[in-house]
Amino acid sequence: MNTFLFKPALDSSAQLWGTMIIAGLLTYGIRLSFILLFSRREIPSWLGQALRFVPPAVLTAIIFPELLINNNHIDITYSNGRFIAGLVAIVVAWRTKNAVLTIVVGMAVLWLIQWLLRM
Amino acid sequence: MNSTPQKEFFAGVKAESPILVGVIPFGMIYGVLALSAGIPAGAAQAMSAIIFAGSSQILVTQLVHQSAPALVIILTVGVVNLRHALYSASVAPYINKLRPLWKWILAYLLTDEAYAVTILHYQDDKVEEKSVPQNNKHWFFLGAGLALWSSWQLSTAAGILLGAVVPASWGLDFTLALTFIALVVPALKDRASLGAALSAGIVAVFAFRWQYKLGLMIAALTGILIGIALENMAGRKAGQGS
Repeated sequence: MNTFLFKPALDSSAQLWGTMIIAGLLTYGIRLSFILLFSRREIPSWLGQALRFVPPAVLTAIIFPELLINNNHIDITYSNGRFIAGLVAIVVAWRTKNAVLTIVVGMAVLWLIQWLLRM
Repeated sequence: MNSTPQKEFFAGVKAESPILVGVIPFGMIYGVLALSAGIPAGAAQAMSAIIFAGSSQILVTQLVHQSAPALVIILTVGVVNLRHALYSASVAPYINKLRPLWKWILAYLLTDEAYAVTILHYQDDKVEEKSVPQNNKHWFFLGAGLALWSSWQLSTAAGILLGAVVPASWGLDFTLALTFIALVVPALKDRASLGAALSAGIVAVFAFRWQYKLGLMIAALTGILIGIALENMAGRKAGQGS
């Protein structure tokens, strides 16, 4: 067990599959946790209030670094295509509430900026 | 009004479909990255069914490529996927009357993307109506979850087949951020949720160098606390005004 945990995943086929299966069981256990734990109970009201803020907080914590970090630094200039494309996508999502349009416009702006910077 | 299982199922598939536009390129990118990290095609495909969580699968390929030990890979996946515990708690009251088999299946399908549309569907009722088996909304959950699951498996396979045909310079991984923008922005309906999102985002930017995605967890926690504080303040003000 010790040697398994401290060896790189690509050492052997068994090592790689073992790592994947444990990581997968852990993920499944997390997803199952409260569904079983709370299956006969009501969620306390403070927890219910906190949960309302989980999606905006977690997803924005993933979005902001994607937009603002460029080559390991905070970059809010026009040369950071992801920042500009992200800002445009935020406006599109806010005005239209259309997911497909948000993604298509965001990618189009990113490609446009990459193309302009190459000229 | 009760809806039939079939209607709910296809409504779930339909609600999930715009999100798939962002998920499919992401699955293909995962497939391409996994092969280039040295993971065999069979294992790369299996990971999409075993872990079934996009951002942590991409992290696994990075860590495998860097020869990280198994323990580090497992812990990283655990930390990054800890947010699913909150989704689990969030959907639990709506599905607590279902049979155990349903719970085991729906828990397996509880991803960011399936959660996002399902919880909105559950919260859609004006009247708090949590006796779920009567309204068949778990079929909506199943439809959304299976639509995502099959797209994820197929796009992984497409990515593995395409190999390096899609150049990294296309930046298709950016569709992950765009997908999340499309999910979050329309849901920011009040000052509290806007404050939660902004504070979490700002903390995440300044903590992005922290090891093991710890910055992500701290940022999310900050956002949740700010959201609660703003909501409680607004509630007190409304109380005084009346």
